[in-house]
Amino acid sequence: MNNILECNNLTKVFGSKKALNNISFTIPRGKIVGLLGPNGSGKSTFIKLCNELLTATSGNLLISGHKPGVATKKIVSYLPEKTYLNDWMKVSQMVEFFEDFYDDFNPTTAYDMLSKLNINPKDKLKTMSKGTKEKVQLILVMSREAELYLLDEPIGGVDPAARDYILDTILNNYNENATIIISTHLISDIEKILDYIIFIKDGEVVMTKEVDEIREETGKSIDLLFREVFKC
Amino acid sequence: MTWDLESDRPIYAQLVDQIELKICSGTYPLGSKLPSVRDLAKEASVNPNTMQRALAKLEDDGLLYTNRTSGRYVTEDYNMVQQLKNKIAQEHIQFFLNKMTDLGFERNEILSILSTMVKKEDTKNE
Repeated sequence: MNNILECNNLTKVFGSKKALNNISFTIPRGKIVGLLGPNGSGKSTFIKLCNELLTATSGNLLISGHKPGVATKKIVSYLPEKTYLNDWMKVSQMVEFFEDFYDDFNPTTAYDMLSKLNINPKDKLKTMSKGTKEKVQLILVMSREAELYLLDEPIGGVDPAARDYILDTILNNYNENATIIISTHLISDIEKILDYIIFIKDGEVVMTKEVDEIREETGKSIDLLFREVFKC
Repeated sequence: MTWDLESDRPIYAQLVDQIELKICSGTYPLGSKLPSVRDLAKEASVNPNTMQRALAKLEDDGLLYTNRTSGRYVTEDYNMVQQLKNKIAQEHIQFFLNKMTDLGFERNEILSILSTMVKKEDTKNE
């Protein structure tokens, strides 16, 4: 199976609002994909559908051939937009927690990254800044040897220097068969590492394309193209 | 030498240019083994797929070759690298000439400015 993710006519309606309107695309294995769109375009809704935190109104979504559920949670590593970790826990306790939870979690990788970012495993989450918390969470997520990583706004709250480190972390910790989907509107920071983009607007997919193809055809950066496509 | 990438040109094409430069300048000497795709990608902070594409292009051009068991190497063909150097030099000079023409200089004026500057540099370095 070459595609890690397939969705067909996927629709999600909240009351009278269509958060996702009949979207269809496939994502191959071994790619880094940018899910890009302005605020409220449906990025997080899509990611939540992939994690079964929401269920689709109609249409279908398959991850490695399975509907979102227990089977997909084993192979999908998800970074939510909000922290869900317990404030009173120490980093080392969370590492244990993840180790218990996921078969594919590698604690050595986690400790290695923590020490590179000068995060003390004995610190409690409560005592950390927002940016540091985000780093811890990303480290936990990237320490799994998953087939699909879904990162919802992974770099929103951290400073530019840490952003570079985080992007390097993402690059260094994914293997060639894994796919990473990164949702963000901070395009200029991430566009150099993307293979592929999905532009999404008002719940509809407006473009899916290889990034170097876009640069070749338009002579524009993805950031600039985004500003044009989504001009207010 | 560091990697310097712009966002408005295909990244793989820029990687090709920069690896060519590294070969010309001797950062990667003739016949030497290149780092792995992953290490190169890490060094340049780019996606390994993109680096792979750049290396494949350089292999097609004959500047690199793969030894199936031991990795990727720079060509041992001295002439090929000389040709590449000449090609890059010509591109730079063409760009320079166009700029100077835009500024309104005639050919002979350009040459005299150039030789004056070269002389000045020489005396500075003595």
